Amino acid sequence: MVQNQTCRKETPSQTAGPYLHIGLAPGAAGFEMFARELGRVIAGPRCEGERIGVEGRVLDGAGAPVTDVLIEVWQADALGRYNRPEDEGGAPLEPDFTGFGRVVPDFATGVFSFETVKPGPVVGPGGESQAPHLNLWLVARGINLGLNTRMYFADEAEANAADPVLGRIESAARRRTLIAGRDNTGSLPVYRFDIHLQGATETVFLDI
Amino acid sequence: MPTLGPSPGPTPGEFQPRDRAWHPPALTPAYKTSITRSPARPLLSLAQSPSEITGPVFGPADLEPLDHDLIRNYAMKFSGGGEPIGERIIVHGRVSDGNGRPLAGALIEIWQANAGGRYRHVSDTYRAAIDPNFGGCGRALTDADGGYMFHTIKPGAYPWPNSDTSWRPPHIHFSLFGAAFCQRLVTQMYFEGDPLIALCPIVNAIPDPEAVARLVAPLDMSAAMPFDSLAYRFDIVLRGRRSTLFENRLEGN
Repeated sequence: MVQNQTCRKETPSQTAGPYLHIGLAPGAAGFEMFARELGRVIAGPRCEGERIGVEGRVLDGAGAPVTDVLIEVWQADALGRYNRPEDEGGAPLEPDFTGFGRVVPDFATGVFSFETVKPGPVVGPGGESQAPHLNLWLVARGINLGLNTRMYFADEAEANAADPVLGRIESAARRRTLIAGRDNTGSLPVYRFDIHLQGATETVFLDI
Repeated sequence: MPTLGPSPGPTPGEFQPRDRAWHPPALTPAYKTSITRSPARPLLSLAQSPSEITGPVFGPADLEPLDHDLIRNYAMKFSGGGEPIGERIIVHGRVSDGNGRPLAGALIEIWQANAGGRYRHVSDTYRAAIDPNFGGCGRALTDADGGYMFHTIKPGAYPWPNSDTSWRPPHIHFSLFGAAFCQRLVTQMYFEGDPLIALCPIVNAIPDPEAVARLVAPLDMSAAMPFDSLAYRFDIVLRGRRSTLFENRLEGN
């Protein structure tokens, strides 16, 4: 026998199921339960930085859109600071910035879109710089444990080349699954980012 | 388990790795939807950075006074305050981390079917009736000891199209935020004594019976409200920090 471990195991995960909107985005389930639904605004209109749109779909292994997915976004502001007291780095954060978003696609088409500001580079685990990115977490029916991934920006080629996470992905094709292309044709620049749960173009998911 | 006193608050620091053999794997063919929605390639491991060890923090200003009371929160807003149908229950417990520290200020969001097994959702077409006085969602922040409480109706079982014999055991969905994005967890709470638990392909996606047991809330008569509501207790553990190392670093080393 050895000593009892004081580290206790995490509560096991279960799928969020098809009706996750009731709890996490009730407006999408069909009723405006809360005056202020969490995650509706990532960066308000007064935020510093370049305003951008992000648009895409989550696709399953058969190529069908996952229409009942919920994506959570956690991102830094334009100066690369997360909305946390320990990450203010001296300068106070903007009051209009939450950095947290909840994104639900159109139930018919599976297309999601949201607006935010482009984040700045953030500090990495060893003090090095990480390329600008959005942290994403996906839950849906059929997903037993939430999936973590990141979205990087195609117009940040130099920063992406030096990014410690992208640098750990050996295959260039796999690396590209995390990089969103930029479309400048509209009034707002839009990054297009499809997430593939499975198949030849499966997105790189992270064990964070 | 020993209690080490209140959590030291949102101090930065890395988290214990997630034990993925304890959680259900991505691909669990008896739960058919997982077949095309499960990544097949290995996950990329990475060293944690502020992207992983920070996360959104919520406070009382984000919530409304009746958010924890599913018996009244929908009815008071939308149906004139009538009583929902079903067995009145308290669901309460404590949220702590892997080091045994209570997590204060953790946001819990729950959602569930009504007593007949029907969700208030545009996509649910089960023939059981919508309850005009029941919404089925609630929110709460844990107190200084990690404690939380919801007042609700015991949800009903319902069939689902996995197979013609698939019935979900009555359950409440739980979503949890700790202090970090890497602690994010969604799970389901089941009820002690329910024979449907052992038959459910979603429950059985979890490999270890000991892990399944962690999701089954026992009846807790000590928390029942006399002549009003039964109670079930559901304690939750989120990933803990590798706190010792950080505390050494804090001292300026």
